[in-house]
Amino acid sequence: MLIKTRTDIPASEITPEPVYRARRDFMRGAMSAAALGLGAIAAPPLFAAPAHVARGEGRGPDWLRAQIAAADENTRALGETLTPFEHVTSYNNFYEFGQGKTDPADKADALTTDPWSVEIAGEVAKPGVYPLEDVLKGMDLEERVYRLRCVEAWSMVIPWIGFPLAALLQRVEPTSKAKYVAFETLVRPAEMPAQRSRFSTIDWPYREGLRLDEAMHPLTLMAVGLYGKTLPNQNGAPLRLVVPWKYGFKSIKSIVKIVLTEREPKTTWNMMQPREYGFYANVNPEVDHPRWSQASERRLPSGLFRPNIIPTRLFNGYAEEVAHLYKGMDLTRYY
Amino acid sequence: MVTLVSIPVLWRRWLVFLVGVVPLLWITYRTVTHQLGADPAQTIVLFLGEWALYFLFASLAVTPIRRLVRWRHVHFRWLQTHRRMLGLFCLFYVLLHITAYLVFILGLDFARFGQQLVERPYILVTMPAVVLLIALGVTSTQGMMRRLGKRWLTLHKSIYLVALLAWVHVFMQVRSSYVDAVLYGVIILLLLAPRVIWWWRKH
Ligand code: HEM
Repeated sequence: MLIKTRTDIPASEITPEPVYRARRDFMRGAMSAAALGLGAIAAPPLFAAPAHVARGEGRGPDWLRAQIAAADENTRALGETLTPFEHVTSYNNFYEFGQGKTDPADKADALTTDPWSVEIAGEVAKPGVYPLEDVLKGMDLEERVYRLRCVEAWSMVIPWIGFPLAALLQRVEPTSKAKYVAFETLVRPAEMPAQRSRFSTIDWPYREGLRLDEAMHPLTLMAVGLYGKTLPNQNGAPLRLVVPWKYGFKSIKSIVKIVLTEREPKTTWNMMQPREYGFYANVNPEVDHPRWSQASERRLPSGLFRPNIIPTRLFNGYAEEVAHLYKGMDLTRYY
Repeated sequence: MVTLVSIPVLWRRWLVFLVGVVPLLWITYRTVTHQLGADPAQTIVLFLGEWALYFLFASLAVTPIRRLVRWRHVHFRWLQTHRRMLGLFCLFYVLLHITAYLVFILGLDFARFGQQLVERPYILVTMPAVVLLIALGVTSTQGMMRRLGKRWLTLHKSIYLVALLAWVHVFMQVRSSYVDAVLYGVIILLLLAPRVIWWWRKH
């Protein structure tokens, strides 16, 4: 499918959050009306809702789409303009598919995400290989709007659908030795072209990790959808992490393995460039990356002649909720 | 047989000029028709940087092709005439690359621009290259050639340094893949190797 993307979107076309929600409510109403066979007499649409606003769409198994359609309404509004769906799903860093920003959208279609299972291992009472269906069984999904701040100094605002990672970890019962959580992305060179490249700097699988208290923090989300749909492959289908106060590379995609460990796990970017990428990778305007100043960010979509430059906030604006996790820590040392 | 040589030189100049402006027209067209996706600024900066490099390669390729490639009656001596314009297009795209970065990424914030120039090692390494390219551009006229005499050639040999610094600039930006850095590195090696050999034979 050819998705034509537009850049300088007129203000009138960017969906403010309340409008997106209103449209969604409308669509839900319309869908249930249609289900009752009343479609014909349902009120005519006030405006054409973009296709992606209908809930529970996208690829993936029926049960997942149904569960996403039933997710709780936006439980965390931000009051900031959402980055349009087209941009969220066409501008990605997902290095398994290439280093270009459009490589994931161009190449991730081939990825098989159903069936999917997640191995949970290490310091837990109930290790095992869990089919995705079991991971999600009985999980209450909710929609949350989060900022996403990339280490490359751009940012987006995205309505995710998912569940707190804490809910999953509690189920598998971490032992008293568990101090960290390590994650791994799928390795499947047949479907992930960059994993076949000889020039890759990354030692696959892509790895990420959190301290256990970070992992248990209520803001830490396991996402299965965005904009009311199942996750598009390029965004990390079918299951990804979202840690909104850290740089985007911490929010690992297409997760197949979760290991609870006693020691700080190895993480991909830190393994490659320890001076540039720390284990913590908390958003911090005071600590620059050698390549990018982190003092400000370009919030996408950004106009060309008047780029949408905004100051970056400590912990990406989530300081009130997460600063206590790092009390007494030297954030310039533990970057 | 009609070859490029049999085309009048003025026409050939226009042809090279056309090739030089096509990338700019292309990216402009893609921009105004909103085809550059979520972050046109980054796409444009990258695109212009890459074309600066391609024209650098093209101007460095003229001499080796002229001296080494001959096939029956076909020769490439005529390329020499167009080397200056290729070099000037390299300068042109470098300046556009920098301007795009300043305007589209930094929002014309000159203080931040100055800061970035010195604080980002991958940008700092290109400073001598930018200064040299401007110097080469300014001294690229016939008049300057005459006035500088022997020194002209010495000055213009610094294009080799420009190529190496441009490569360092790209290499320092390697993230998940060495493909670009390796590819450009091989091209630069192939372009500089004949010069080393010629120099060796002469001494
Ligand atoms: C001889 C001069 C230069 C040449 C030939 C050049 C060429 C390039 C090339 C080929 C790239 C793409 C690298 C890649 O493939 O990853 C690039 C990226 C970049 N260059 Fe330059 N450049 C030059 C000077 C500069 C200067 C002076 C600046 C800043 C003032 C600059 C800023 C950038 C930036 C910000 C990027 C990264 C774009 C991105 O990926 O977001 N460059 N340059």
